[in-house]
Amino acid sequence: MKTLIFRTVAPYLTALMLLFSVFILLRGHNEPGGGFIGGLIAASAFAIYGIAFGVPATRRAMWFHPIAIAGTGLLIAALSGLTGLFSGTPLLTGVWTKSPIIGFDISNVIIFDIGVYLVVAGAVSSIALALESTEDNH
Amino acid sequence: MAVLPNAGADALLMTPTPLADWLVVAPAVLPLLVGAFLIIVRKRLHWQAPVAITTLALVSLASIALLARVWSEGTLVMTMGRWLPPFGISFTVDLLGALFAVANSLIALGCAISASRRVIRSSRRYGYFAFLVLTAAGVNGTFTTGDIFNMYVWFEVFLISSFGLLVVGSTRAQLDGTMKYGVLNLIGTTLFLIATGLLYGIVGTLNMADIMRKLPLIEAAPLMTLATLYLLAFGMKAAAFPVHAWLPASYHTPENATSAYFGGVLTKVGVYALFRVLVMMFPVQLLELQTVVAWVAGSTMMLGALGALAQNDLRRMVGFQVILGVGVMMAGLAIGSAPGLAGGIFYALHSMVAISAAYLLVGVIERRSGSASLNALGGLWKDVPLLGAIAFVLVLSLGGLPPGSGLWPKVMLVQAALEAGRGWLTAAVLVSSLLSVIALGRFFLLTFWRPSSTESRSKHDGTPRVLGVLTVVAIVMGLYPEPFVAAAVRASDGLLDPAAYINAVFGEQG
Repeated sequence: MKTLIFRTVAPYLTALMLLFSVFILLRGHNEPGGGFIGGLIAASAFAIYGIAFGVPATRRAMWFHPIAIAGTGLLIAALSGLTGLFSGTPLLTGVWTKSPIIGFDISNVIIFDIGVYLVVAGAVSSIALALESTEDNH
Repeated sequence: MAVLPNAGADALLMTPTPLADWLVVAPAVLPLLVGAFLIIVRKRLHWQAPVAITTLALVSLASIALLARVWSEGTLVMTMGRWLPPFGISFTVDLLGALFAVANSLIALGCAISASRRVIRSSRRYGYFAFLVLTAAGVNGTFTTGDIFNMYVWFEVFLISSFGLLVVGSTRAQLDGTMKYGVLNLIGTTLFLIATGLLYGIVGTLNMADIMRKLPLIEAAPLMTLATLYLLAFGMKAAAFPVHAWLPASYHTPENATSAYFGGVLTKVGVYALFRVLVMMFPVQLLELQTVVAWVAGSTMMLGALGALAQNDLRRMVGFQVILGVGVMMAGLAIGSAPGLAGGIFYALHSMVAISAAYLLVGVIERRSGSASLNALGGLWKDVPLLGAIAFVLVLSLGGLPPGSGLWPKVMLVQAALEAGRGWLTAAVLVSSLLSVIALGRFFLLTFWRPSSTESRSKHDGTPRVLGVLTVVAIVMGLYPEPFVAAAVRASDGLLDPAAYINAVFGEQG
């Protein structure tokens, strides 16, 4: 897809979708949304960038390897459940703290969701980029 | 500091969780964490094997400690997120789960050590050890969870990691094997998911202890359909006849240590699930299904034995030995009495050790002689007598002859089958054992005693330590079976009387 219109729009679209994916991720705390759907939106943002500028450019733009992103997410999600080790509660127990400075509650639930977001974004964009790059070869 | 929510004691567990209870989740969570870490650092090739081996050693220790606690204190429970069961996911470890978790962790450790010396750089680069650790995590999760949907999730975890293990290396044969393995196993787990959805629709709960309490009270529900669906789904995972075809098509293709781990442990996951779900949740339906299970068990045994006899390729022959073993374990399920189940459980433990050792042995033979075909092999006895001795012990073990580990579980099963009046099932066990001894004898004769036809290309690739240790374990299980029999009997008692399992989850409120 090398049309001028698409190549002009793609960066803005990608940026907007990434922003929207974070919005969906945070919104999922109390309303429909969450890490999974947010991750999918982020992955489609990378996929659009890949269609417009090719896979190598997308990989450079992502900076980290998608699989590494997914691994980091898995680690974050798993670690977030371990807070119970220190408070005498079981695995994956929600821990909440009020923080007057930021203005909203911080909890390990949102950290778990961020982990899910990274797993989905990393894994799906890895698949998407792999599929797009074979298309380039033909 | 953490602020606890103000929700009342009617929704949350208010008793603090002692640190020691984390043993319940350690066998699954620890390798999951490290697996994620290994994915992140997958480019540091020299880190992969040491980190994986250390982790699996720790996981083994944790599983053994867990087994010791379960042995002395009974079933242990940890319910996720402090939600009262059945709303939180309860990890519930009884003796059966703890025994299998120990066996899985130790064999995963052995295979990781064996793989650390041989798996090539490119496979490491694509995350061989991360996949191995994650597969072990999934299998341990399956063995320790007390929630049927969560069990499905762990099935997916180890299946997806095992696809990875099968395919790294990317030879044509591997891609072909992985395709068959992947498609057929995905069909199996889809059936598992469908059955679980139906079950939730009927009972309204996914906690296995809760299902055990509530199912007997339900009238007029398609429970037979459910039990049959579970039998099919888990039978597929266990490679029971007639849904076994994926196993001989895929298990000979990957890295040798992978075959050892898959053959040793992964089919037993299906057998474990059959025992857990059919015996504990559907005891009434299992009685109805017993003839079907007996036929499946008998045909699986005969198919495994005849298949092993027909193969010239060593790895494929061991693959059919795996299937034969699955048939023997399912015979325990078909008998259904406490001694029968105990025999099946003991056989599963024996089979995990002996089959893994057999695959490793085939790997050593392959590397020494450059071939795995019975047509080409020969003269290994003169070349490496110690390997011959190891092979001989394994032949006895797999064939069910003394002093190998396969003898006692088969004795238990034959006794139990006769007591239950299942004459022809007894005959199937015995005849398949005889055929298996012939197949294994043929292997031993041709590989070791036949004079070498070609010049021996003896390549030294280090002493096979893991193989040696597994062989010693197999002899110990054969010569000193009392602790294993005692454990299997206690585990089978726990299966047949789920009261202790239910009480452990629900406590006094049950």
